[in-house]
Amino acid sequence: MKRKASVLPGFKLSLGFAILYLSLVVLIPLSAAFLKTFTLTWAEFWQSVSAPRVVASYKLTFGASLIAAIINVVFGLLTAWVLTRYRFFGKKIIDAFVDFPFALPTAVAGISLSAIYSTNGWIGSLFEPVGIKVAYTPLGVVVALTFIGLPFVVRTVQPVLEDLSAEVEEAAASLGANRWQVFYKIIFPAIWPALITGFALAFARAIGEYGSVIFIAGNMPMVSEITPLIIITKLEQYDYAGATAVAVVMLVISFALLFLINALQWWSNRRLGHTAS
Amino acid sequence: MSATNTHLSQYQKYNQRVSRNRATSEVAWVRYTLIAATLLFLSLFLFVPLATVFTEAFRKGAGTYFAALSDPDALSAIKLTLIAAVIAVPLNLVFGVAAAWAIAKFEFKGKSLLITLIDLPFAVSPVIAGLIYVLIFGMQGWFGEWLTDHDFKIIFAIPGIVLATIFVTFPFVARELIPLMQAQGKEEEEAALVLGASGWQMFWRVTLPNIKWGLLYGVILCNARAMGEFGAVSVVSGHIRGLTNTMPLHVEILYNEYNYAAAFAVASLLALLALLTLALKTYVEWQSAKDAIEIEQE
Repeated sequence: MKRKASVLPGFKLSLGFAILYLSLVVLIPLSAAFLKTFTLTWAEFWQSVSAPRVVASYKLTFGASLIAAIINVVFGLLTAWVLTRYRFFGKKIIDAFVDFPFALPTAVAGISLSAIYSTNGWIGSLFEPVGIKVAYTPLGVVVALTFIGLPFVVRTVQPVLEDLSAEVEEAAASLGANRWQVFYKIIFPAIWPALITGFALAFARAIGEYGSVIFIAGNMPMVSEITPLIIITKLEQYDYAGATAVAVVMLVISFALLFLINALQWWSNRRLGHTAS
Repeated sequence: MSATNTHLSQYQKYNQRVSRNRATSEVAWVRYTLIAATLLFLSLFLFVPLATVFTEAFRKGAGTYFAALSDPDALSAIKLTLIAAVIAVPLNLVFGVAAAWAIAKFEFKGKSLLITLIDLPFAVSPVIAGLIYVLIFGMQGWFGEWLTDHDFKIIFAIPGIVLATIFVTFPFVARELIPLMQAQGKEEEEAALVLGASGWQMFWRVTLPNIKWGLLYGVILCNARAMGEFGAVSVVSGHIRGLTNTMPLHVEILYNEYNYAAAFAVASLLALLALLTLALKTYVEWQSAKDAIEIEQE
């Protein structure tokens, strides 16, 4: 290992401990999932991961996660904008509250949202007369995933909006640009990498989410059953190999997303002229 | 989500400048519409759910509420949740400091790979986090037979719950400290050593005071997730009442038994924990920003 000589102590100890702990807690257990799938033949694996009920769950999980992440892009940008640009009563408390979905245990979010959006709940009862059911339908899954992903876009876009220099906007305005042109030509090009990163983070979190969804989803096979629930169901039937096969499909997708997010962050940092952070 | 916010005063000046300048702000009605839309969205998704937890918890009166909390099964769930957090948080804290020390203060090959690997648990579905430990320690798992022979249970017992909790809270402290310590560089530690400090003296008197807010921030987030984790713990717990139920799992059982008032009563404790977490987090952000401004002024 080639490295610059350093006078600071503890390199071998700290790195050795970090790698050992990482291997024991994360890497070896995760590799168990991949090794387990080798006990299946290719045909068995394919059958497990492409059964109609499983495919229906992929569609729901990815579709609902996509819609929720898009909702979060729109309202996350709006929230970040309002929090950085305007002054109003209670702003600091609201700013702190944006992280509430990170702090609230998912099971609590799940039972609370299903109480609100069920047909006799505060908000669910408003939708009932127009024939829209939220809780115990795929729409309920979207609501739960929107809640879970809410902080991501706000927290990625907010620092970029704060860092924009006022001079550029003033210059554009003095050259005759109206507000919409300033937003479209000056602000948007600066924030869109952060928007995409926030979208990817919210989407990645949503596809793995379990706790907040199962209470509001209704969990009907083929209709409102998410993929993580399929894994649990297979485990409860002692179909360990089948559960693992579906888990591996999700792991591969999650790792691809993680890689994509890292690349995005690296690229947008470089684009904004920041050094690696 | 970093705790350090060194440009606070700059932001404030900037904010005033844009919001007061007509050319770089929106007309009043646009401004008020945008604020109203944001508040409506956040109310629907944040404030109404929070309020609901407490109104549902007290729907049948304070007597039912406190009866639900003093139920023996609830108390044992609270105890188990605390045990899991008390073990998981310090372990991940030590790991976080060690990993951040190696990554921030030294150059070595594969550093960015290591940083990515540390983030892995955040990319894994909680359900899968539980599943992988079942594959290793479960009855049909790698060590299943050996564990049965030695009459030692990990899955459907407390050790499994602790392991799953460690996994899902693994990156919190490390990912908070790595950028912070990278930004701080190593001059101060080197100066301490040159002046004759031992390795531990340097760590306790120079490094630790420098990273204390970032460390605290990571610990607060780590603890909130450790106490609130549901999916991963649900897979390895076995849901044995009074034995392997954590608070979130107890909420689920009560809810599925249609005992809504009791479910929301236990949930209200977790909601209070979330509020406490937000308050502490805001305090730490505020303190570290204050420290940063003081350093700038010196």
